[in-house]
Amino acid sequence: MTKILQVKDLELSFHTFAGEVKAIRGVNFDLIKGETLAIVGESGSGKSVTTKSIMRLLPQSSAEYKNGEILFEGKDLTKVSEKTMQKIRGKDISMIFQDPMTSLNPTMTIGKQIMEPILKHQKLSKSKALEQTINLLNLVGIPNAESRYKMYPHQFSGGQRQRIVIAIALACNPKILIADEPTTALDVTIQAQILELMKEIQKKIDTSIIFITHDLGVVANVADRVAVMYGGKIVEIGTVDEIFYNPQHPYTWGLLSSMPSMDLADQKLYAIPGTPPDLLNPPKGDAFALRSEYAMKIDMERQPPFFKVSDTHYAATWLLHPQAPEVEPPAVIIERMKTFPGSRYYVEQTGGNA
Amino acid sequence: MAEHLIEVKNLKQYFNVGKSSEVRAIDDISFSIKRGETFGLVGESGCGKSTTGRTMIRLYDATAGQVLYDGLDVHAPKSQSENQTLNRKMQMIFQDPYASLNPRMKVLDIIAEGLDIHGLVKTKKERKERVIELLETVGLNREHAERYPHEFSGGQRQRIGIARALAVDPEFIIADEPISALDVSIQAQVVNLLKELQEEKGLTYLFIAHDLSMVKYISDRIGVMYFGKLVEMAPADELYRNPMHAYTKSLLSAIPLPDPIYERSRVRHPYNPKDHQYGPDEKVEFREIAPEHFVLCSEKEFKEMQAARM
Repeated sequence: MTKILQVKDLELSFHTFAGEVKAIRGVNFDLIKGETLAIVGESGSGKSVTTKSIMRLLPQSSAEYKNGEILFEGKDLTKVSEKTMQKIRGKDISMIFQDPMTSLNPTMTIGKQIMEPILKHQKLSKSKALEQTINLLNLVGIPNAESRYKMYPHQFSGGQRQRIVIAIALACNPKILIADEPTTALDVTIQAQILELMKEIQKKIDTSIIFITHDLGVVANVADRVAVMYGGKIVEIGTVDEIFYNPQHPYTWGLLSSMPSMDLADQKLYAIPGTPPDLLNPPKGDAFALRSEYAMKIDMERQPPFFKVSDTHYAATWLLHPQAPEVEPPAVIIERMKTFPGSRYYVEQTGGNA
Repeated sequence: MAEHLIEVKNLKQYFNVGKSSEVRAIDDISFSIKRGETFGLVGESGCGKSTTGRTMIRLYDATAGQVLYDGLDVHAPKSQSENQTLNRKMQMIFQDPYASLNPRMKVLDIIAEGLDIHGLVKTKKERKERVIELLETVGLNREHAERYPHEFSGGQRQRIGIARALAVDPEFIIADEPISALDVSIQAQVVNLLKELQEEKGLTYLFIAHDLSMVKYISDRIGVMYFGKLVEMAPADELYRNPMHAYTKSLLSAIPLPDPIYERSRVRHPYNPKDHQYGPDEKVEFREIAPEHFVLCSEKEFKEMQAARM
């Protein structure tokens, strides 16, 4: 259990004409070697900003690190010089972007684009670098790599382009791979292939992955641990089973209930009412309180701290406070909790003759 | 009044006809939609599902085949007044709420455009009242009428798109991936809104999407498209319980579900069109394997599938 990355009390703001947008308001998490941590949340929850702040890809003119640190190999990435950062980016930490149509350079052959990080970081000769490029293309499953490396991005399909983007990200065997909605723009069948590829490669090179997505199906497929973000904060974090079968935060309940399940038809789909908070003037208390039917008086006034559910599972909701009344989660969630040993609704399975 | 509001018969839509780059976007498909029903159309990008929707509403002229709306051929030459009536009855909701609203028009004018064209309102006051009524129907409020599209979030914009479609009192709405650009929590809001409107106004929907779980939730019947052809069509539950065509099976096996235990054991079945091995004299056509459940297959495959169902 080596912690490869530690994010501590991270706060980040954007300065805009309208004022200060508090995009990240105190985020804490560790990334363990070899694991996949999924960050889920809706647009504007701060999940992309969190990862871009790790890579330091935010515009320096408007983004400001207000507080906290990002520790990677003893260095605080919020403080190191741009020169050091350039040595880390693409080598130790690399990124896969959402849209494979726009994240490749249309005027460069794909071979050149994959070779770029290799030549920059590994100081190999051109012929060696080319050899490695072809190996990478084979690794990500592009057929006829020997001839196709000379082609341009427009000559590939969407799924193939995303494979090429993955090849670029893997070029220097990164310790951390950040994937920002890597499959959102792809079809389900292609998505399934890309997810399988990522899992396979993770096993081969033992890298840690931060996976950003809003698709809970994808999370269930790839993640070891899950962090749920809302309004610039992590509201719940735990192992994938804990989040899906024993969720504690009303926002997680809402997210899980708003997905139609394959067998429960004809019910009205649960929709979280309202819209995400405006981070220009973030709410004083729990950011989700205004959309939550479980909100209590204290939710409007004070932000909830993290309450411990288990050693790996924490949730920021006042409902877990010892003095809070016991509330009943939505029916769909109770169904989920019934299968999880340790939850209060757990029903022991009686060997199949029930 | 026919039982089927919409009948699509042997519809073909080829682009670049006669050139080497000819694309058969829709290659001979037939289906019908009943009054008050939701018909879901699924398939991967490029399979022709959006083209089908667009051809049905005559954004494209069909290469061959017919689209009958209540018995009336959409593509046949008609008088202007006939065209206008038809245009009022069929409306469309587009995929991208960021691109489908004119950024230089106020919401009031965007929604009222259809009212103006069809002369449905007499005075300015009436026009505004009608727009406000529509905004309230889709869960927005009167203040929103004077704003511009950029002032709204994705979900709100899609509501504006829905209000625009509803303005002329249509009977049939083609929803082309209306929720793919939205967040999960907002998707549920929009889907619920569409369902409520259907119950209230007795609307008929063609719901085009690639998100199969949402399609199953909203549709009564579903058609699966692959490379311009309809490969399977069945009532929603039946399709998910008993998928017959290899492509449908592959598509269903690729959907990740929010259930980690299931995900660990999920096996994906890749689809390879070459697996079919049709002989030259085999007739590949749409065959009914169970009531209302059609599969594109050859005689031999049909017999195998029937045997497998027993």
